[in-house]
Amino acid sequence: MSVDATVLEVEDLVVRYPIHRGLVGAVTRQPRRQVHAVEGVSLSLQKGEMLALVGESGCGKTTTAQAVLRLVDPVAGAIRFDGRDLVPLGSRDLRPVRRRIQVVYQDPYESLDPRFRVKAVVEEPLLIHGLGGSKAERMERVRDALARVELSPPELFLERFPHELSGGQRQRVAIAAALALEPDVLVADEPVSMLDVSVRAGVLNVLDGLRRNGLAILMITHDLSTAARFAQRIAVMYLGRIVEEGPAAAVVRNPQHPYTKALLSVVPRRDPRDRQRPQILQGETPDAVFIPSGCRFHPRCPVAIERCSIEDPALARPASAEDGHRAACLLLPARS
Amino acid sequence: MSEASLLIEAPPEGGQNRRGFVLHTLRHRPAAVIGATILVLVALGAILAQWIAPYPLHQQVGPVFAHPSWHHLLGLDDGGIDMVTLLMWGARVSLVVGFAATLVSMAIGGAVGVLAGYFGGWVDTVLMRITDYFLVLPDVPLMIVVAAIWGPSLFHIIIVIGILLWTSTARVIRAQVKSVRERVYVKRARALGAGHTRIVFTHVLPQVAPLLIANTVLTVAVAIFDETALSFLGLGDPSTTSLGKVIENAFQRAAISAGAWWAIVWPGVLVTLIILGCSLVGGALEDALNPRLRVAHLGARTFRLRPLVGRGQDAL
Repeated sequence: MSVDATVLEVEDLVVRYPIHRGLVGAVTRQPRRQVHAVEGVSLSLQKGEMLALVGESGCGKTTTAQAVLRLVDPVAGAIRFDGRDLVPLGSRDLRPVRRRIQVVYQDPYESLDPRFRVKAVVEEPLLIHGLGGSKAERMERVRDALARVELSPPELFLERFPHELSGGQRQRVAIAAALALEPDVLVADEPVSMLDVSVRAGVLNVLDGLRRNGLAILMITHDLSTAARFAQRIAVMYLGRIVEEGPAAAVVRNPQHPYTKALLSVVPRRDPRDRQRPQILQGETPDAVFIPSGCRFHPRCPVAIERCSIEDPALARPASAEDGHRAACLLLPARS
Repeated sequence: MSEASLLIEAPPEGGQNRRGFVLHTLRHRPAAVIGATILVLVALGAILAQWIAPYPLHQQVGPVFAHPSWHHLLGLDDGGIDMVTLLMWGARVSLVVGFAATLVSMAIGGAVGVLAGYFGGWVDTVLMRITDYFLVLPDVPLMIVVAAIWGPSLFHIIIVIGILLWTSTARVIRAQVKSVRERVYVKRARALGAGHTRIVFTHVLPQVAPLLIANTVLTVAVAIFDETALSFLGLGDPSTTSLGKVIENAFQRAAISAGAWWAIVWPGVLVTLIILGCSLVGGALEDALNPRLRVAHLGARTFRLRPLVGRGQDAL
């Protein structure tokens, strides 16, 4: 794809949350501590592409999404949308941008106001941005958005309250509300993890159809098999860093980073001959307050050597990988 | 859903369900029905005083401090005025003051609570410290001082009571707003680009409004009590007849030494009934509408073990 198609570009994003040390802490001059949620993440998202951001809980994937939506303030880095950096923008300048970057949250039971009917939920974004002209025109757009998420006939759903819908239907309503503004980028924060397995495929197919029509989707998930099936590219995050990134098929078939390998080894396989021994990682994800020195994965890495605790590897293309596939590991011989 | 919310009864969602919940509560709580009946009767008597009062308000209809009789069921006061008539007109003034003062305190308390809870940070700190100051001030002495300085008038009484009663409302509302503002749909509205005003009025305020209503009813009781106390202390509006004023008049004219207990006891009983009614109704409303009190271990009035959602009655 051409470079021109890039709609969203994140560069060296750093987000830290301060920890309050309290009055006693301030008096006794304890050091100010921070949660290093995101440490130097770079991403790019193109038109008609779904990028899956994969990682364990607490690895910073949701924080990355929140930063892209400008709901949290990054410490450093740039978020370029259509070539324009969003980080220095104030809330007034962000308004037109917010219309074009929309979000779908994880929990469809929480993300819809329980007192809003479906039509009000989908209409709200239009009202906020003063779009859609008359009431009748707005309703037309609402119906249109509902039809696009395959809630049809829309008339059946317009007057309902969220508690009268199933989880999958609620999530479709949330997607419809995001679509009402005709965004360029959709951030989907674990859009199916709260749904029953039986309705996941339906919601994911809706997202896939939207992508085919040109929407760029940043999907956050901890489910590698979903990512492999629907995303074009996969970025694996560990403790605030991207450790491996590349075309979905390449990352899944030919994982380079030991962390990705460990994640993939626990994904269930259909073919029994294909099964590997699951590689259970030792220990837990380290506290994001105290980041390990060197490679942040080394305390849990099955193949770590001494150098790993000193040197922090950068993302590079290993010799054994194809174009556009990069990993951050000292043990991978870089291509000369 | 968090673990804690699994332990509470399925929260009522949407308008119809919540209305059903209120009706359900009223039906299953006889105390609330008794309270509501008292309030409705008193309010009817007060509103219709002009037409149904048995005698004119400013006319002597018998001897001073006449005993209760068939013609004057509750006796006559120090001016020979019928007590039933006096109580009707008195309740009218007391209710007006009670509701008006409550309106003032709800406006202040609601605004402070919503602002503090929604914006958090230093706004929260400053507003809540101010609230703390008002909370520790002894109400009645301050009311006496302010009423004495401003001079006795109904309007002043309303304002004084109003600006002293908003503290508990502010705290309850703040706590609830703090929880509502963390909801995902509020975050979603922010990501959509909605302004603070819009979020507060469309998403936050409707969620805390029921709580505000329950609180209002409880505050009315306190406001009426305070008004009675101020009037009794001679700081009320001399040109109006509130229940406190009726008691004060009787007290001043030595009703006790004259043995005319009815001139003091009946208005006192009426004030007590109004306050009781407000407390019963307000308490029931609060139980029904305050989600915090719906968690079994916090609801002192409704303590009982409840089945976990999704399991049978025999789960616990």
